[in-house]
Amino acid sequence: MSRQAGRGTESKKMSSELFTLTYGALVTQLCKDYENDEDVNKQLDKMGYNIGVRLIEDFLARSNVGRCHDFRETADVIAKVAFKMYLGITPSITNWSPAGDEFSLILENNPLVDFVELPDNHSSLIYSNLLCGVLRGALEMVQMAVDVKFVQDTLKGDGVTEIRMKFVRRIEDNLPAGEE
Amino acid sequence: MADSPLFQALHMEMAHALCAEQEKGLGALEGVGFRVGQGLSERLTKETPSFKDELDALKFLCKDLWITVFKKQVDNLRTNHQGTYMLQDNQFLLLSQLSNGKQYLEEAPKFLAFTCGLVKGALSNLGFDSTVTAEVPVMPSSKFQVVIQKS
Repeated sequence: MSRQAGRGTESKKMSSELFTLTYGALVTQLCKDYENDEDVNKQLDKMGYNIGVRLIEDFLARSNVGRCHDFRETADVIAKVAFKMYLGITPSITNWSPAGDEFSLILENNPLVDFVELPDNHSSLIYSNLLCGVLRGALEMVQMAVDVKFVQDTLKGDGVTEIRMKFVRRIEDNLPAGEE
Repeated sequence: MADSPLFQALHMEMAHALCAEQEKGLGALEGVGFRVGQGLSERLTKETPSFKDELDALKFLCKDLWITVFKKQVDNLRTNHQGTYMLQDNQFLLLSQLSNGKQYLEEAPKFLAFTCGLVKGALSNLGFDSTVTAEVPVMPSSKFQVVIQKS
């Protein structure tokens, strides 16, 4: 019976690594399917976007956060609620631009890259690029057009992983103006 | 967390994106599943001694592996005791996001390919070569047939 109990706890831990394992397997497959890193990066971004567009509903349902009034609030929600909820980490928010339209998320450790090493012939691969697409797609669904990109990556030897997010513009609804 | 929204969202997107080109896509999806099956099986059995036989390995698949990935055990495991096994899951997690309509039956292979690979990969890690096929008798249940290859 103790053998089964041991397996049970392992199962719970494994559950949280299931996404990481699957993601790694996906990147490996894409590197096989596409000739160059740029194409893999694009595909990861595209897939991430499609995921983000759907995941936002799940997020809003689970988190109960209200509408964000400005980009600073958005940053807080992304770092403290969304990342925590889905990846179990809370990145710190730094490097705000003077205009308040750009900031960085610093991930001390990126759970996606546990046990991952980039082979030499994939130096242009942005391994976690799915995340950029997810953030972009999700925010588009709440009327924000943003640019998201990795500017530092521990997989490439940097000390931390840094994601830079820039607010581009508000996306207007097609609904007529009026009180909600 | 009780469920795995990120994993499910990723699976759904992989089923669509990788299968944009049908035939090749199913193989790619299976390949992804295979690697995940190998990795999971390895980590889940790290602390335990190896299985005493084929049936034991299948039971591990139906319990520990299935719970880890699909949040529940396989509902029904049958075997002819000659290397063929039938696993049935009546509330298959990866079909739960699709409506119960008939139109998805055509698309079913896309949503089963990853899991076929997962089963193959897990068994491969345990020392068994197998072929795995799957079908959806009725939404949202799935049936996997595993045939262990005799070396």
